Amino acid sequence: MRHTINVLVENEFGVLARVAGLFSGRGFNIDSLSVAETQDPTVSLMTIVTRGDDQIIEQIIKQLRKLVNVLKVTDLHEGQYLDRELVLVKVTATAETKPEILRLMDIFRGKIVDVSPKTYTVEVTGGEDKIRAVLELLRPLGIKEVVRTGKVAMPRGMQNGG
Amino acid sequence: MERTGAEIFVESLRKEGVHTLFGYPGGVVLNIYDVLYDSDIRHILVRHEQAAVHAADGYARATGEVGVALVTSGPGATNTVTGLATAYMDSVPIVVFSGQVPTHLIGNDAFQEADIVGITRPCTKHNYLVKDVRNLARIIKEAFYLARSGRPGPVLVDLPKDVIVGRTEYVYPETAKLRGYNPTYEGHLGQIKKALKAIHESRRPVVYAGGGVILSNASRELTEFARRLRLPVTTTLMGLGAFPGSDPLFLGMLGMHGTYRANMAVSHADLLVAVGARFDDRVTGKIDEFAPNAKIVHVDIDPTSISKNVQVDIPIVGDAKNVLKKMLGLVHGAEWGGRDEALQGWHAEIEAWRRAHHMDYGQGEEVIKPQYVVEQLHEATGGRCIVSTEVGQNQMWAAQYFRLEEPRCWLTSGGLGTMGYGFPAAIGAQAAFPDRVVIDIAGDGSIQMNIQELATAVQYELPVKVAILNNGFLGMVRQWQELFYDRRYSHTRMDVAPDFVKLAEAYGALGLRATRPGEVRPVIEQALAHPGPVLMDFHVDPEEGVYPMVPAGAPLTKMLLL
Ligand SMILES: Cc1ncc(C[n+]2csc(CCOP(=O)(O)OP(=O)(O)O)c2C)c(N)n1
Ligand SMILES: [Mg+2]
Repeated sequence: MRHTINVLVENEFGVLARVAGLFSGRGFNIDSLSVAETQDPTVSLMTIVTRGDDQIIEQIIKQLRKLVNVLKVTDLHEGQYLDRELVLVKVTATAETKPEILRLMDIFRGKIVDVSPKTYTVEVTGGEDKIRAVLELLRPLGIKEVVRTGKVAMPRGMQNGG
Repeated sequence: MERTGAEIFVESLRKEGVHTLFGYPGGVVLNIYDVLYDSDIRHILVRHEQAAVHAADGYARATGEVGVALVTSGPGATNTVTGLATAYMDSVPIVVFSGQVPTHLIGNDAFQEADIVGITRPCTKHNYLVKDVRNLARIIKEAFYLARSGRPGPVLVDLPKDVIVGRTEYVYPETAKLRGYNPTYEGHLGQIKKALKAIHESRRPVVYAGGGVILSNASRELTEFARRLRLPVTTTLMGLGAFPGSDPLFLGMLGMHGTYRANMAVSHADLLVAVGARFDDRVTGKIDEFAPNAKIVHVDIDPTSISKNVQVDIPIVGDAKNVLKKMLGLVHGAEWGGRDEALQGWHAEIEAWRRAHHMDYGQGEEVIKPQYVVEQLHEATGGRCIVSTEVGQNQMWAAQYFRLEEPRCWLTSGGLGTMGYGFPAAIGAQAAFPDRVVIDIAGDGSIQMNIQELATAVQYELPVKVAILNNGFLGMVRQWQELFYDRRYSHTRMDVAPDFVKLAEAYGALGLRATRPGEVRPVIEQALAHPGPVLMDFHVDPEEGVYPMVPAGAPLTKMLLL
């Protein structure tokens, strides 16, 4: 099962290494990880997407909580959080593909952010499903390069942050 | 008043109640050594930094206080890694201070620079690089607090040269405040009641106690609890001494080299009460067949230990002493009477297992059996001593044949299995208890891994007695080759060994040798009577094995008995 876990940490040097080292040292997967300062500059938020059966996820969460610099760990439940990822995709732009790219960007509310004689670079933001759909639809047109931020997530309102 | 980092360091150690420091100097820590020159803190100069950490570890295990080591940067720091990993695996509270190149040179591959914080991240409970002398006092406070609280463990503090020489106002904080660290000491009352209900209903209970009982100073509570409820007790290697070895309820150690009755009892139990133990693979054997019929109660201060290897039915996160005390407070009243009758059948079954097989060895006239040496050491000291061990067969024979009655008398590297641990750990314990008998039960291979510490023992008049069970082999590895590799003794015979008697003498210690069974006891008596450190070289049966043995990955019931 894929899980999205939010980890509030002290905004100090070495904390990312501790978290990453925990995953590598214990053989846990990281599908994506994003990290940045929160509204409190002494605290950073990491959003980690990981995989494992229930026992592994339980271990991951407990092991994260055990780190001295970790303040709070939240396992985000399906449907109860918002998530966004930003991708940049460089697509082959030919006479045939250009209209299709434009059409897709219109549908997905993406943007063309760079143009060269042979490529368009597009920017799309969205949840996991949307990003997957965009990439699937762009693929047949000829993707040259993809850069993704990894997702950030936030519990929906009423759940007092986390 | 403004103080230098070096002065703050020494003063803070005193505030933490540190009397003894194990260390080794070098360039970047010279200023600290200069302050130590006038200090009343005793500094013991080891002969290798690994030994400084093991000595601090032995000191900590024997006293229950935080052990402290101090080393220089680069190679001094990297030499501490094995000691830190050893302490980490066994949850031993130590703080290691390492020197570091000045902050402006960090990352430049400066002379004697090593990223020791990076290197030791996975083998410390936590570690620090002090970047500003103004943070030094706070970090030292936190380091000691982290080392000793919750599930204890080693903490490393890296001290750059400019922090050591820098100056600031000194105030030692009263308390450490760490917003991300709040260990749970109190067990959940509802869970505790559930556990007691399970114990009450059980007809085949076993208590499985680990090193956590010793770390939390809960031996007395455990003993009272087991005695009151008539619960048979087995311990892990780390838990030896947590329950009196002579108590009829004691089953002996469980696991790979556990007793027949302990392994059989666990395998047939309907309830396992694990306290401060972590279901290590050397304990469980084949995990799917471990305690197959048992409901499992698990008391542990570290939530990550619970349901890590086996699914636990009744988890209780909390300090062992605290939880056992609460349990004891609840087992009064009529419903808790008649325990003996309720468990009569179970005790009879265990007794039958005890009769069916108990550990034994045949001591003949000619060749010394290593187990005999261990038993004689026990007899000669009345068991009233601190025992450390090296790793290998010597460790297992010590565990099996040196009956322990009390906690904190047993220093052994259980989790990491570090050869070379026992001797420096014994030195650390002896430094804490100058008047007690401290014995290192050693192998001829292991002792050579920190043999240089003979000089330390002699210099500081630490009268550690080392008993080498000299079989001429890396015996435990040889035993596996004998059993599982067709007796192909690939690189386990040590064809060249030092003359240990002369070696001891070269260091200014006493060397003694026994080659025949009749010489064993006199050598021990002579060693115990000698006021200084002694190296005893017992030439034992070269191919004696450790039994019972559960082959790695086999269920506990599949013991090789021999
Ligand atoms: C530092 C280290 N290296 C290697 C090992 C693997 N090992 C485990 S037991 C053993 C043999 C130990 O030999 P010795 O000290 O003579 O003890 P014996 O088993 O003969 O009693 C070895 C090599 C280890 N545990 N630690
Ligand atoms: Mg040997």
